Amino acid sequence: MNAPAYNFAYLDEQTKRMIRRAILKAISIPGYQVPFASREMPMPYGWGTGGVQVTAAILGPQDVLKVIDQGSDDTTNAISIRKFFAKTAGVATTTATEEATVIQTRHRIPETGLHENQVLVYQVPIPEPLRFLEPRETETRRMHALAEYGLMHVKLYEDIARFGHIATAYAYPVKVNARYVMDPSPTPKFDNPKMDNCPALQLFGAGREKRIYAIPPYTQVVSLDFEDHPFEPYRFNAPCALCAAENSYLDEVVTDDKGGRMFVCSDTDYCEGRQAAGHHGSLSAAPYKERAQGESNG
Amino acid sequence: MADQDRIENDQPLLVADSLSKSYGRIAACRDVSFALYPGEVLAIVGESGSGKSTLLQLLSGQLAPSGGQVSYRMRDGVTRDLATLGEAERRFLFRTDWGFVHQDPAQGLRMAVSAGANVGERLMAVGWNHYGRIRDTASDWLTRVEIDVARIDDAPRTYSGGMRQRLQIARNLVTEPRLVFMDEPTGGLDVSVQARLLDLLRNLVAELHLAVVIVTHDLAVARLLSHRVMVMKGGRVIETGLTDQVLDDPREPYTQLLVSSILPP
Repeated sequence: MNAPAYNFAYLDEQTKRMIRRAILKAISIPGYQVPFASREMPMPYGWGTGGVQVTAAILGPQDVLKVIDQGSDDTTNAISIRKFFAKTAGVATTTATEEATVIQTRHRIPETGLHENQVLVYQVPIPEPLRFLEPRETETRRMHALAEYGLMHVKLYEDIARFGHIATAYAYPVKVNARYVMDPSPTPKFDNPKMDNCPALQLFGAGREKRIYAIPPYTQVVSLDFEDHPFEPYRFNAPCALCAAENSYLDEVVTDDKGGRMFVCSDTDYCEGRQAAGHHGSLSAAPYKERAQGESNG
Repeated sequence: MADQDRIENDQPLLVADSLSKSYGRIAACRDVSFALYPGEVLAIVGESGSGKSTLLQLLSGQLAPSGGQVSYRMRDGVTRDLATLGEAERRFLFRTDWGFVHQDPAQGLRMAVSAGANVGERLMAVGWNHYGRIRDTASDWLTRVEIDVARIDDAPRTYSGGMRQRLQIARNLVTEPRLVFMDEPTGGLDVSVQARLLDLLRNLVAELHLAVVIVTHDLAVARLLSHRVMVMKGGRVIETGLTDQVLDDPREPYTQLLVSSILPP
């Protein structure tokens, strides 16, 4: 159903052109934060206004959209944004990573490897990696311009001095194309290696902060570290309780008030795909969706 | 090698040539010229509003002069006009070959990060990438400025005023600069802490063969640290010479007044 009151994908064409210009500039300077005239969207800041605007600007009628929130296709944020575009653009939506051409994400990169015909759109709350070390915007811009990134290592130094290892677990700073230091949005550092040399285009939109940045396909992305404290992706040391995956990023779910907990894949599509392929973990606490439906019907 | 050293020391490190700065109709600094040689400590004394701090900012390239120029002999031996340096070069110079000790340590330190990171920041800025080595160098410098190494992971906001000032000095000296600017480094410290800091500074300056431009209104500081003194009044240098000569046998009436205003011990 296409409500005629809206232009295709909600934003008007002039706005989309403005955003596309910012995106093109961002792609040509990998990791550089391009200011853009962020619009008010029919959702609060912090819910993905930046990502939604980027998605709206690049979406075409043939696209297949997938939206994930913390890896999950069926949380409020993911469902609302998916419905929003189904309504305003009439595009097909999916939860399968391989089928999607545009994937808007909050805080995760899908476990399934991305391919060349895909665009990954990140929702970014705070685009400036130096923000909490240097409060002045004028100064951080100058530091980016002159590639003065010693300060970023000060943060990592502090981590090691305080905790004995680099304790930054998400929004772990990366250097893109050996030039700009970039905040990968609050994805777990487990996902950082996936950004490196990725075949898909990666776009980052920060609505409140009015910045867009990008990583073009097949671009080098290096996580910052020290020689004697190298970067290490972090993962709970357990298999997924539902699909027994040993190499996926896990969520910890508290199951009772007696210390019971289970670890499950944060990427729901990946987990369901594995279960459908016959992998089963130690628990079957969350029954597979379609089976649950069948049972209630029967 | 000895020849090389002699040439090193025979050429001025920093040359100011008829420097002037006016803020609108107020001339804060008028026609100041001097040359500073490696290992030399120059004190700029004078009362508040005499243009000392403006001069220091002109010399360190933080302010653009209204007239005149400052040139500096870089590490590669080439003397260059500061105004022709690009911003990147100037900032690089500022965190490698130069130091700047502020009167208020909060301006020169990052109060929220640990002492070790404060000292290590310059090293990381020039590309040090080995945590163990950065930490060892930081502890070494804390020892040299007489700060207990056990406090390396404490933030300077938990430090006393004297410790903060010593930490600021360590942070500046860690890249082995050749020139350090100091703006009232002992201001706001009590007398015994001042004495200890001055003693430390005097040793470090001699040991590291530092050239120092120190701005102070305290003639005792000038007497203890500096080789030469410049007396400023109303934006002009009114008297200059060897420290003992200027302080013991002042020529200008204003200098005589300044010297005589110190209470006898």
